[in-house]
Amino acid sequence: MFNFFLLILIYTGIYALMAIGQNIITGYGGMLSLCQAGFFAIGSYATAILSVRFGWSFWATLPVAAIISALFGLLIGLPTLRLKGDYLAIATLGFGEIVRNILNNWDSVTNGPMGIQKIPMPTLFGLTINPYKKYAFLVMVIIFVIIAYILFQRLARSRMGRALTAVREDEIAAQSMGINITKYKVYAFVLGASVAGIAGSLQAAFSLSVTPGTYTFMVSVMVLCMVVLGGMGNFKAAILGTFIIQLISYFPQLTGLSSVIPPQFKQILFGLILVVMMIWRPQGLLGREEHTYGVKGGK
Amino acid sequence: MTILETEALTRAYGGVVAVNKVDFSVESGLITGLIGPNGAGKTTLFNNMTGLDIPSGGKVFFNNKDITGFPAHKICRMGIARTFQNIRLFKDLSVVENVMIGRHFKTGPSETKGRFVNALHSYVYLKREEQEIYEKADSWLDFFDMGQFKNELAKNLPYGKQRELEIARALATEPELLFLDEPAAGMNPQETEHLMSIIRKIRDLGITVVLIEHDMKLVMNICDTITVLNYGQKLAEGTPREIKHNPRVIEAYLGKEEA
Repeated sequence: MFNFFLLILIYTGIYALMAIGQNIITGYGGMLSLCQAGFFAIGSYATAILSVRFGWSFWATLPVAAIISALFGLLIGLPTLRLKGDYLAIATLGFGEIVRNILNNWDSVTNGPMGIQKIPMPTLFGLTINPYKKYAFLVMVIIFVIIAYILFQRLARSRMGRALTAVREDEIAAQSMGINITKYKVYAFVLGASVAGIAGSLQAAFSLSVTPGTYTFMVSVMVLCMVVLGGMGNFKAAILGTFIIQLISYFPQLTGLSSVIPPQFKQILFGLILVVMMIWRPQGLLGREEHTYGVKGGK
Repeated sequence: MTILETEALTRAYGGVVAVNKVDFSVESGLITGLIGPNGAGKTTLFNNMTGLDIPSGGKVFFNNKDITGFPAHKICRMGIARTFQNIRLFKDLSVVENVMIGRHFKTGPSETKGRFVNALHSYVYLKREEQEIYEKADSWLDFFDMGQFKNELAKNLPYGKQRELEIARALATEPELLFLDEPAAGMNPQETEHLMSIIRKIRDLGITVVLIEHDMKLVMNICDTITVLNYGQKLAEGTPREIKHNPRVIEAYLGKEEA
């Protein structure tokens, strides 16, 4: 039971990284993207392939996973810049599905639906971070989340974050303030993708195997739900939202009621939560982070 | 000295020629008015000069440099700022944040300006930069006597103040040339009076002002020179006095007198 709780925390950490990425794209940049699962998959497979086929250590594959995901973020960011709202959502959704289908069918590289097994465990200073003994892994994931949180938070509070917010609020006015809107939109995608790639890398190291089935469209939707539930434009909220959603999705197992509550229960609850949130608290649990300037105690 | 000049600037939307071969020029240090009946092409002319729209023909020169077809952010960085006819503030941001966005490309040592990585690597640098941006933005708010609204959301300001905030935000980019698109629209007489004093103050800072306006009292009072557009073409230009007595301008506004 307690062990199971640790598992939830680890998944919260991995998904929180994706939610942080989604938050910079959707919460700050105002772009409705539905392809975090695609970047997640790319990161996972980069780690899996490099470590199994080429014998790289986990730590060497991690930055490569982030960079490859970032490149795909650039790739998807550039052509879809002209799209807005629903159209962007459809295009990014398509991208996520394309990634999954390629993984499913490119047998020579990805081993198709079988996926890649026996990924070596990450080691640090001669110590193996064994995912079966969850503590060490949990600590590692938490460290990653903290680093990502600090970096992204700092970014959001700088003029970069403000510029991105300006692009979200009014593109024409932002342009007229000397902000290169194309650049900032692509940046948001690249950053969001790279952190999802790192999440993917961690996922591969945690489950020690990757299969295309893990990276479905539902993952992207879940990540979006996490951000919306917590509150868009707020990184703390994204992490809180991730924790709540994870808790809900493992609720039957956690309470030992998995024989009573059908697995579909979780989808019903997600839907219910979103409807309730939209009616009573559309800004999310914590709401958008506001910055106060020039007041004592404020930033 | 001419700071901005258009040469046979044309913008056609399909068969509709919104701006037709207009030669418009702005003298440095003066307040230039751009007037004309509704649909005369004033805003289209503005948009084509500030990069929000791309002309179908003709050229735009800023300080003798051809800037035709440049993207809007580039033109802004060269020193042309503008406001909009229908206020385009960042509504859900605070007043001071709106002005701080105007400082976007103005801060930081030039070699690191606009670099994304700077936000990541140095907390000290970031703090200093933020402080600098904030102080400059604050001083522009003081210029408009709006310091007390600093942390209000922009959308909660009274209408007249929103117009002023938009001007403050444009000024924060430290332009040489400022375009105001109907700054007095929807203002009451007192607010218009206040606006006039602000525009004069802006001119006294050495910033060239071009404004579109329907309020003739304002235009005739503060403009040094006026250009009149009608049906996309330049109808007349001259001092307010000349324009007031120009029979073609009177005809365009009031129609022909029966013989």
